[in-house]
Amino acid sequence: MELLKDKILSSYVAFENDININSDVHDIRTEALENFEKLGFPTKKLEAWKYTSLNSILKEDYSIFPNKCTAVELADVKKYFIHDIDTYKVVFIDGKYSPFLSETTHDTIDVCLMSAAFAKPKYKPVIEKYFNKVANQDNLTSLNTAFAKEGAYIHIPRNVEVEKPIQIINFSTCADITTMVQPRNLIVVEENAHVQIIERHQSLTSNAVLSNVVTEIFVDKSATVDVYKIQNDDINASLVDNTYINQKSNSVASVHTFSFGGNITRNNLNFYQNGEHIDSILKGVTIIEGKQHVDHHTLVDHIEPNCESHQDYKGIYDERSTGVFNGKVIVNKEAQKTNAYQQNNNVLVSDKATINAKPQLEIFADDVKCSHGCTIGQLDDDALFYMQQRGIPQKEGKGLLMFAFANTVLESVKIPEVKSRITKLIAEKLNVNIGFDL
Amino acid sequence: MLKINNLHASIEEKSILKGLNLEVKAGEVHAIMGPNGAGKSTMANVIAGKEEYEVTDGVIELNGEDISELAPEERAHNGVFLSFQYPVEIPGVSVTNFIKTAINETRKAKGLEDMPAKDMLKMIREKSELLEIDRKFLSRSLNEGFSGGEKKRNEIFQMAMLEPKLAILDETDSGLDIDALRIVANGVNKLKSKDNAVVVITHYQRLLDYIVPDFVHVLHDGKIVKTGDASLALELEAKGYDWIKKELV
Repeated sequence: MELLKDKILSSYVAFENDININSDVHDIRTEALENFEKLGFPTKKLEAWKYTSLNSILKEDYSIFPNKCTAVELADVKKYFIHDIDTYKVVFIDGKYSPFLSETTHDTIDVCLMSAAFAKPKYKPVIEKYFNKVANQDNLTSLNTAFAKEGAYIHIPRNVEVEKPIQIINFSTCADITTMVQPRNLIVVEENAHVQIIERHQSLTSNAVLSNVVTEIFVDKSATVDVYKIQNDDINASLVDNTYINQKSNSVASVHTFSFGGNITRNNLNFYQNGEHIDSILKGVTIIEGKQHVDHHTLVDHIEPNCESHQDYKGIYDERSTGVFNGKVIVNKEAQKTNAYQQNNNVLVSDKATINAKPQLEIFADDVKCSHGCTIGQLDDDALFYMQQRGIPQKEGKGLLMFAFANTVLESVKIPEVKSRITKLIAEKLNVNIGFDL
Repeated sequence: MLKINNLHASIEEKSILKGLNLEVKAGEVHAIMGPNGAGKSTMANVIAGKEEYEVTDGVIELNGEDISELAPEERAHNGVFLSFQYPVEIPGVSVTNFIKTAINETRKAKGLEDMPAKDMLKMIREKSELLEIDRKFLSRSLNEGFSGGEKKRNEIFQMAMLEPKLAILDETDSGLDIDALRIVANGVNKLKSKDNAVVVITHYQRLLDYIVPDFVHVLHDGKIVKTGDASLALELEAKGYDWIKKELV
């Protein structure tokens, strides 16, 4: 862990060769690097990391600046895209932009690159106003900020309803070296605009990969943003996904996280409600096995009155897999009439699987409605018998029950192609063949 | 069709069935009546193969084959259907998708291809009309938020779709108003043929006004203690069970 930290710190000078160091952004980077130097990597001694240890993956001698390692053919990676509908695409291979696989635009909206946004003067006002303004200063976010250079830059002006979803996909391909990538995304959605984002990290190699991602999303008044995170990565790939969402009055933001793959996955999902009549929706389905580990760490900060938040996370854990749900809801003194709902249901399929569930409600206002429910159980034997009685074998019956269990989260997916893709992934993951096409 | 000989079954070491004998031939309707706790639902669950129950002695034969070691789904594939007293809610799985999966799994077990979608839809249309089921109802999640009557009607709809050889109706009349009762009974009667058999478990005579049994059995303390024709049900309705218990002493 210390070795990796030293390697990262000493790489910084080389990193500076490639970028403009005489900029405000670089001052932010340098400050973040100092912060990371001071904090180091998170350990289990930190309350927020009590149930997730990164030790096993921080032992790797990651290459900090991977070059695009292997050529990628569209035919090989098509299956990782939602390809049956028209979309914008911002695609990176080993941290470098792939113009060949991407489909960007500057027509009314900007769907392009952070490197361009950092470099070109016309983006300067947006960068100044938004870059690193909602992300916090914790260890791994600081590390990402220090090396912030590339990622997706999305800017939707007022009143624009973007018809095509935008896919952000990061591929890892290096076969000879282990790699660490630090994508940095900025998404600015102005008043009354509407956009849908699909995000995926996919390793095409069996080498260890560590992605430490930071995404900042600004949702202005009456705007709507829907984000779908598909986490079905190779078993040797780990992900720390830090997402920060700043919402203004009457806006709606939703994030659905589907975690099926990967080695260690940590989702830090943070919502800040800076306005009234805001709705924040956080949903997730986790289905893991083997020694996989998925940690959902959510925060909803209710700052002003009359806002809502809805959280619904379902987990199915088999073999020796471990899950964590830590859902923190803060209702500040001013935030009267808050309606905060949190639900976390888990099924342990194997008696060696573990779930650590920790709802955390900090309520400082007196006229609020806050509810949370958490269950950990096995599959319902009576329901299973019912299915078997109708001729459905036990294995398929279990699959159907688990599908039914996860389904409440799928219902709110607004893009039908994403919904059917996730349904298929769940059926694959549960190894059942369910006829859902009638 | 069904031959049960000296059946003993227990749950959590508590003995419930204590030497039950029952023979049901194709084309027959049998009613099982009896006081609470007599073992009526246990009998239904044991025939269907619920794993919590342990068969400690006796044989359950279906068409000459001992089924007592088979998994519940294998018994279903052999033509056993149980209409549940308390059907289970399964959110997120529509009635249509559920029955489609059930039918195709049964066909798969018999080495058949999936039923073509066109045939499936035609069958769904016919059977839902038979039971006066609104088509919209079929796209709802299985039993979720269904009224008691809707749940029971849905059970009989599934029975109609699966075309079992032996149908056991466990208190299908409970929770039904008189109109729903008539529809359900009418459905059962239309599905009856010389090749299948029905076992009706009930507390009350009123269902038997519509589904007329060939035999009525009284189950008491894990055994069948009295058998008669349809008139026995009327006698039980009028006099209760105490006189039978006294006869046994």
